[in-house]
Amino acid sequence: MMQINCPWCGLRNATEFKQHGEKPPRPDVANATREQWADYLYFRNNTWGVVKEQWFHSSGCRQFFMLHRDTFANKAIRSEGDVR
Amino acid sequence: MVNNINPGKKRSRYSAFQLFSKGLTQEDWPEIWSEPDMKDSYEVVIIGGGLHGLATAYYLAKNHGITDIAVIDKNYIGAGGSGRNTSILRSNYLTPEGVKFYDRSLKLYEQLSSELNFNLMFSQMGHMSLAHDDGGMRTMQWRAQVNQVQGVDSKVISPDEIKELVPYIDISKNTRYPVLGALYHPPGGTIRHDAVVWGYARAAHEMGVHIIQHTEVTGIDVENGRVTRVRTDKGNIATGTAVNCTAGWASLISDMAGVKMPVTTSPLQAAVTEPVKPFLGTVVVSGTLHVYVSQTDRGELVFGASVDPFTSYSMRGTLEFVEGLATNVLSLMPSLSKMRLLRQWAGLCDMTPDYSPIMGETEVEGFYVDVGWGTYGFKAGPVAGEAMAETIATGKRPEIIQGFGLDRFSSGQLVGEKGAAAVGH
Ligand SMILES: Cc1cc2nc3c(=O)[nH]c(=O)nc-3n(C[C@H](O)[C@H](O)[C@H](O)COP(=O)(O)OP(=O)(O)OC[C@H]3O[C@@H](n4cnc5c(N)ncnc54)[C@H](O)[C@@H]3O)c2cc1C
Ligand SMILES: [Zn+2]
Repeated sequence: MMQINCPWCGLRNATEFKQHGEKPPRPDVANATREQWADYLYFRNNTWGVVKEQWFHSSGCRQFFMLHRDTFANKAIRSEGDVR
Repeated sequence: MVNNINPGKKRSRYSAFQLFSKGLTQEDWPEIWSEPDMKDSYEVVIIGGGLHGLATAYYLAKNHGITDIAVIDKNYIGAGGSGRNTSILRSNYLTPEGVKFYDRSLKLYEQLSSELNFNLMFSQMGHMSLAHDDGGMRTMQWRAQVNQVQGVDSKVISPDEIKELVPYIDISKNTRYPVLGALYHPPGGTIRHDAVVWGYARAAHEMGVHIIQHTEVTGIDVENGRVTRVRTDKGNIATGTAVNCTAGWASLISDMAGVKMPVTTSPLQAAVTEPVKPFLGTVVVSGTLHVYVSQTDRGELVFGASVDPFTSYSMRGTLEFVEGLATNVLSLMPSLSKMRLLRQWAGLCDMTPDYSPIMGETEVEGFYVDVGWGTYGFKAGPVAGEAMAETIATGKRPEIIQGFGLDRFSSGQLVGEKGAAAVGH
């Protein structure tokens, strides 16, 4: 099973976590166009290879963090506590 | 440019007489399709030789007389979801758009064996989606009503009626997820998925379509907003029309043309047991337990589930999947505890935000998409091929796929099918 390093709890099985995925920047609420909202809400890079995404340690400390992961090799590479 | 068997040659028809005489003479059957050399230009290049690519080619040739087509696959045809699915066909969806669309596909499937002269082993054994709580019952009632208005045979049945159709199911009240009822859909069933792929390939090849296997598309050239060329690892093809039929790989191909997609790729796994005597005459689905099961003509039980918990391009099966599957299957049918699993496998699914496909033109002229088939696209092959062929030939999306355009994500008119497509496929 893929194991993920939670910045607060250490190495745990992937089944303890929930993927929240790519985190595109939120558009400016007052001025964003429909296309910008669609892009933010629905469109994704869906990269083959290394991505940086948000994950949630749902069955652990329940904190968010960023994970670098290889989507083809299915390997967690590195975690960052800073969710921005 | 030599074709070892020239495309366009009349295929030999399959019949009981042929089977008998070949049995007597021990003569070889002719090859189903040839492997022509790739030309350096085609009118239409279809990327992806799964069911959707092949069906699109077939209907372009049959309904619109366009035969200068290459269907290109980086692997063998049917190597993607089309050869890995659990082949459940049904039309008891949730939205009017969805029900109408999938029902057209079911109607095409019903006459497809004779149309393609290929035994597709379509068995309309019936399809049952269980409800285990009030929310589930409400969705089933809702679906039954939408289905009936569209003339689709679909109704809610009671636990006793379920037990009559599937005696091995546990409908007692003291389980963790008691069975409260089910949406029953008699025309649903299963088909031989490989046969569908081969049948379309054979018929398309007969009309002159080139099926190019083991050739990877590596780029799409766009000049002044138009497709001009498709690049492959075996050479370039000049063309004005490229069609993305690559399902789990859809984002990668659209990227080549500079078109961004609302798609993420997730693995979906399935497993099959050793064969046993026939005892299960209906497809049984439980959304709550994330599991479904059917029995093949050979007697094996085919199990499926919902997609893996996170996105990935990996097609490896996991132990977590089998553990979860076994637990859930046994709470539904405890008597299966001694069955042995033979195999498990995974395929890639191109998931969309609303569980409906994305079909039609894009902002790049000549670049079409037929993607977003998620966990439910096998049943849609015939209607999708028919509608995409019309879109490409006439330049206009037909009525039946009006709601499935890429433009719906900025106009906000999503076609929410999650309630009918998340587990039932
Ligand atoms: C386990 C599982 C169970 C399923 N169960 C059901 C079910 O019961 N009912 C149902 O309706 N649907 C089901 N599905 C979904 C269904 O299988 C798919 O939606 C459908 O097969 C998609 O068909 P397709 O032709 O669009 O794509 P695919 O069959 O996936 O074909 C895409 C092709 O594109 C090729 N390709 C990719 N990249 C390139 C490239 N760069 N160059 C050239 N070729 C390329 C691939 O090799 C592949 O052959 C299931 C899927 C899975 C994985
Ligand atoms: Zn933690």
